[in-house]
Amino acid sequence: MLKVRLKEKIIESGLWLSAMATILTTIAIIWVLISQSFVFFQHVSIIEFLTETEWTPLFSNKKYGILPLLAGTISTTLVAILVALPLGITIAIYLSEYAPKLVRNLFKPALEILAAVPTVVYGFFALTVVTPFLKNIFPGISTFNALSAGLVMGIMIIPMVSSLSEDALRAVPNSLREAAFGMGSTKFQTSFQVLVPAASSGIIVSVILAISRAIGETMIVAIAAGQQPNLTLNPLETVETITAFIVQVSLGDVPHGSIEYQTIFAAGLMLFLFTFVLNNISHYLKEKFQEKYE
Amino acid sequence: MEPSKEKSADNANLEKQKESSISFDFTDSKKEIKLESKNTNVFYGDNHVIKNVNLKIREKTVTAFIGPSGCGKSTFLRLFNRMNDYIESFHMKGEILIDKKDIYDGDIRVEDLRKNVGMVFQKPNPFPKSIYENVIYGLKIQGIKDKKILQAAVEESLISAALWDEVKDQLNKSALALSGGQQQRLCIARALAVKPTVLLMDEPASALDPIATSKIEELIHVLKNDYTIVIVTHNMQQAGRVSDKTAFFYIGELIEYENTKDVFINPKHELTERYITGRFG
Repeated sequence: MLKVRLKEKIIESGLWLSAMATILTTIAIIWVLISQSFVFFQHVSIIEFLTETEWTPLFSNKKYGILPLLAGTISTTLVAILVALPLGITIAIYLSEYAPKLVRNLFKPALEILAAVPTVVYGFFALTVVTPFLKNIFPGISTFNALSAGLVMGIMIIPMVSSLSEDALRAVPNSLREAAFGMGSTKFQTSFQVLVPAASSGIIVSVILAISRAIGETMIVAIAAGQQPNLTLNPLETVETITAFIVQVSLGDVPHGSIEYQTIFAAGLMLFLFTFVLNNISHYLKEKFQEKYE
Repeated sequence: MEPSKEKSADNANLEKQKESSISFDFTDSKKEIKLESKNTNVFYGDNHVIKNVNLKIREKTVTAFIGPSGCGKSTFLRLFNRMNDYIESFHMKGEILIDKKDIYDGDIRVEDLRKNVGMVFQKPNPFPKSIYENVIYGLKIQGIKDKKILQAAVEESLISAALWDEVKDQLNKSALALSGGQQQRLCIARALAVKPTVLLMDEPASALDPIATSKIEELIHVLKNDYTIVIVTHNMQQAGRVSDKTAFFYIGELIEYENTKDVFINPKHELTERYITGRFG
């Protein structure tokens, strides 16, 4: 009897430990980011960090303005969202409202393959296929540019938008479809005037999560967008995103513990804050959304 | 008693009653025939759910469809605005005429049909939009944008649905904040806004409390002056209170279709009598 109880206890502790491991890792990451950034901000004022327009920590004339990196992240993310939002939602509406069962069963796994492609493959796809193609349209475009990286990143996050949006659309009660059809709506009107607004919070959640994914995406932008901090929102130019900069420093020969090295923690903290806030917004919306139909 | 035996006894009754079948027309009325079903059969796959139903409904009357669950009355109601079209295995034979036109004809656009034949559902289903947006929905999808017309339609429809006084100061409030009974009247207002001539009601009060129910019933009384109303109900008293004619369905067949008074006081068929006195169903 005692033995059984002991066994139960051990199993329970084992389960508890695995759950704790993830929480502890998260806490450790946040701790490292904050403590190391603290060291950085003792050398560089937060004001300089946020307002300086140049980012040259690896040059002799060191400037620590995050804005150029931020601009790179924003322009690539923006392009990605402009691709993923309309396509993702259109696909979601098609799959949830129009597609016959057979088509849906074929389409969904095909979309999931998009999500399963390694990002490094997307990266060289952008650099070796999309960029040359873009050069035909915009002759002045840089070899490394935000547009190509953003486009491909947009394709990468389509499955996120479409699958979560489709779930949201399907969660709309059938009674609303009946109401809309009963009023003489076409399928198109039903989809866009009733179902999409009714599923809007779920769709917004999908888009926010996709944005958050795009902001954190590293490989594609490091390969295709370039490594040249550039305070511009012009997608035809070479930029460097926050993530790409972190890779550059991590791989390079910057000595550990130096102020140049500390920059990646400040940049990482910035990135973390962004995605953290976005994920919380989406979590909040999801809660609100679930309330509505229960 | 064994259920199978009971069923065959019922069927025998049915056959007997059908031989003495009465004409389902009411020559005493001066009103035009609005809705008509001719030899209508409905199948879900192999399942024969409506069996050769013939019935005529005159304009500006209230007709109640009654019968035990699964008797096909809801399916039959939904034939008149083609809401069954969305069920994959659905197919039908026969004709459904509205104003003497077959609505299952190839050249009929269902969207146009449904603007003429409004529907109110069992569960109130307002759109998650404002009260105002709900009422103008049907007009908006027809492309009407004139604010004055929309405003007038909102007021008129809400007055017709006996909801205006309760919501006139909060038209921009979410429709979902209304009570169940108010939501159902809002759905009626939404249906009326596009000026249909027929109103189909599928158990419109079954999800409502007695007070909200009586409001809906009063409303039906008034609406009947302008609309042809068909109502499916499980509530015998309700059928008795609101309808002029009552049609009793049993396992996909139309058993009896008479003036409501006659159906309830002096049913011709034993099945009808057993149903309305609560002995089955």
